[in-house]
Amino acid sequence: MNQPKQGELSLLSGDEAVALASIDAAVALGTGYPGTPSTEILESFEALGGRAQWAPNEKVAMEVAIGVAFAGARALVTMKHVGLNVAADPLFTVALTRVDGGLVIVSADDPGMASSQNEQDNRRYAVAAGVAMLEPADSQEAYDFTLRAFQLSERFQVPVLLRMTTRVCHAKTLVRRGSLEIAAPKPAHFEHDFPSRVMIPAYAKPAHKRLRATLAAMAAWNQEEGPNQHVPGEKSLGIVTSGVSYQHVREAAPDASVLKLGMTHPLPLERIRDFASRVDRCIVIEEGDPYLVEALRTAGIVVEGKQEPFRFGELNVARVRRILANDLSPEPKPVPGKPPALCPGCPHRIAFNALHELDCIVSGDIGCYSLGVLPPFDAMDTLVCMGAAIGVGLGMRHALPLDQARRVVSVIGDSTFVHSGITGLVEMVYNPPKGGHVVIILDNGTTAMTGLQEHPGTGRTLAHASTGKIIFEDLARALGIKNVHVTDPTPDPEAFKQLVKSALERDELTLIIARRNCLLAAGAIRQYERCPA
Amino acid sequence: MSMIKTNKPTNVVIAGLGGQGVIKASDILADVAVASGLDVKKSELHGMSQRGGSVSSDVRFGQRIFSPMVTEGEADFLLVVAADQIEVNRSVLAPGGVLIDPAQIDITQLSTPKSLNVALLGALSKYLPFADEAWRAALVRNLPEKLHEANFKSFDLGQGR
Repeated sequence: MNQPKQGELSLLSGDEAVALASIDAAVALGTGYPGTPSTEILESFEALGGRAQWAPNEKVAMEVAIGVAFAGARALVTMKHVGLNVAADPLFTVALTRVDGGLVIVSADDPGMASSQNEQDNRRYAVAAGVAMLEPADSQEAYDFTLRAFQLSERFQVPVLLRMTTRVCHAKTLVRRGSLEIAAPKPAHFEHDFPSRVMIPAYAKPAHKRLRATLAAMAAWNQEEGPNQHVPGEKSLGIVTSGVSYQHVREAAPDASVLKLGMTHPLPLERIRDFASRVDRCIVIEEGDPYLVEALRTAGIVVEGKQEPFRFGELNVARVRRILANDLSPEPKPVPGKPPALCPGCPHRIAFNALHELDCIVSGDIGCYSLGVLPPFDAMDTLVCMGAAIGVGLGMRHALPLDQARRVVSVIGDSTFVHSGITGLVEMVYNPPKGGHVVIILDNGTTAMTGLQEHPGTGRTLAHASTGKIIFEDLARALGIKNVHVTDPTPDPEAFKQLVKSALERDELTLIIARRNCLLAAGAIRQYERCPA
Repeated sequence: MSMIKTNKPTNVVIAGLGGQGVIKASDILADVAVASGLDVKKSELHGMSQRGGSVSSDVRFGQRIFSPMVTEGEADFLLVVAADQIEVNRSVLAPGGVLIDPAQIDITQLSTPKSLNVALLGALSKYLPFADEAWRAALVRNLPEKLHEANFKSFDLGQGR
C-alpha cells in the first residue's frame, strides 16, 4: 500500500487503517498468524515500514506480543476469530497482569463464514476474559480506535481487544491520517514487579480483584468519554448498535435515534439506559450473537432484539429493514454462483485423486485443500479446526474396527502442520494406534489459502527474507517416526498412490510429505530463492 | 442514457470469476470517485476468490455513504466480466438499472484478453460524470506501467472509440 500523507484522505481497507494507525503509534512489533479477514493488517504494517512477523500460530503470536508489552513497548497481535481460540490461554491470564506498553489484540470475525469453519462471535471473549473491547464501524474508526486502544491499554495497563468483522476489515472507506494524536511510546524498559506479572495463585487472586476494579473504572470512563456516538432522531424509534451494523442502520432507518457504541466492553450501561428511556421503541441491531441484547436485559434495560433467523450470516440494509419491520417472511435465496475449486494443475489434486481411489477415510484440515471434500474428489471426511487432522485421525484409528481403521489417513497442509500439527505427530508417536497411522503433509511451500504467506517451513520471513527453516522430514525422524517419505506426486501419480497404499497396509507410523510448490506461488518462490533478501 | 444523480448514492456491482480482475476494476472505479471528491465505500469478500469461484465487488459513491454493501434490487449498474455470472447477479439491479454485459465488447479487438475488465469500465464510464483524464489517472495509479498503453486502448474500446 502507498504511504498516506498526514491530514489527507485515502481510501483504505479497515485492515490497512489498523496498520497505518500502528505505524503512527510507533508499534514496536506486530505479530500474528494469517487468517481471513485479518491477514492484510500485518502485510500492510510491514509495507508501511513496520516490524511485522508471522508466528507459527496465534498462541505464540500472543505470547510474543505480551513479552513486547511487558518490556514496555507497544505490541499489535492480529488473528481471525478462530485464531483467538488458539490464543485464548494467554489471553485469559494476560488480562490479569499489568502491561506497560500498549497491547492491542485484533480479532477479525467472519459472520456469514465467507472463509471460515464457524461464525463464532468473539465479543463473548471480551466478557469471558475480562478485557476492554472496541468495535470500529469503518476504516476511519479502524484507524482512530487502534490509536484509542493503545491509549486505553496504557492508561489502564491492560490488553485491549479490537474486534473487527469482515466488512470492516475488507471494505475500503475514506481515512484521514492524523485525525487523532497519540503520545510517543516510552522507551522499552523492564523492572521487576512479581505480583503484577507472575500469576501464581498468591498473586493471581489479588490480580483478579484488581481486574474487576479496573473493569469498573473502564466502564465509568466509557460512560463519560468512551467513543460512543448519539445520532439524534425521532422519538418513536431508538436503535442501539455497533460495528458495521451501524452503517446498515443509518440507511435502513435514516430518521431513527441511534446510539452507536464504539466500546462494547465494559458497556456504558447508564448511557444506554438513558437513551432507551427517551424513545418509544428501543431495539438492538447487532450481527451474530445477541450479545448486547442479553447484556442490556441483564442490566434491566428494556430493549427488543432481532429475531432468531437474523442471528445467522451477515446483516445488510435489507435485513435490518426486515428486523425493524418484524418481517419473518422467507428471505430471497441468492442464486448460487460458481463455487471455488482446487486450481487446475494444483498439486493437491493428485493426492486427493489417490485418496479417493483408495477409498480412504480422510481426516482433513484447514486450507485450500479443504476443497478436497468437493467432487470429483469427495476425499475429506472430517474438518474441525487447524491441526485437527492428526488427532482426529488417531482417534478414529483407535476406535474403528481394524479393517476400517486401516483406511484412515490424516491430511494436513504445510502451514497448518507448523501451526498445530506438530503436537499431533507427538501424540502419534506417544500413543500409536494398533494398526499404525498414515499422515500426509500436503506441502505446497506457502500458506496458500490466505494469500500466499510465508511460514516457518518456508525458511522466509513475512517480508520474504531468508531465515531459519523447519525441515518437516528431519523433525519427524527426530520424533521417532520410522517411515518418512518425501515425494512429489505430480510426475508419477500412480507411484504416489502405491506409496499411500503400501503405507496403509503396514501397521506402522508413516509420514508422507507430498511436496510441490503451489502454482500461484511458484514464480515468486523461484524469485525469492534466486535472490534471497 | 441516464446520468447519475449526485444527491443519492450511486451503487455499482462488479462481478465475474476469480482471476478476471473484478477487484482491480472496483479499485479503479473507487479511485476515480475518490479523486472526484465523493464519499466512497467498496466491499467484497476475499478468501476463496482466488480459487476460480464467483467474485463480486460493491462500489458506492455519493455525498455520504453509510453501508459498504449494495442492497439487493438497488444497484444502478451491474458490470459483469464473465457471461455466466450475469444471472447469478442480476437480482442486485434496481428496476431500470443498467447491465454492462461482456458481450458489449468485441474481445478480438482487445490488446490483451486480461483487460476485458477495463474495457467494461470504459463502457460504464459513459454513464458516470467523471472526466476521461480522471479515469486515465486512476488506471495509471492502479496498474503497473507496462500495462498502461494496453489498458488505455481497452478503456477506449469500451467507450466505443
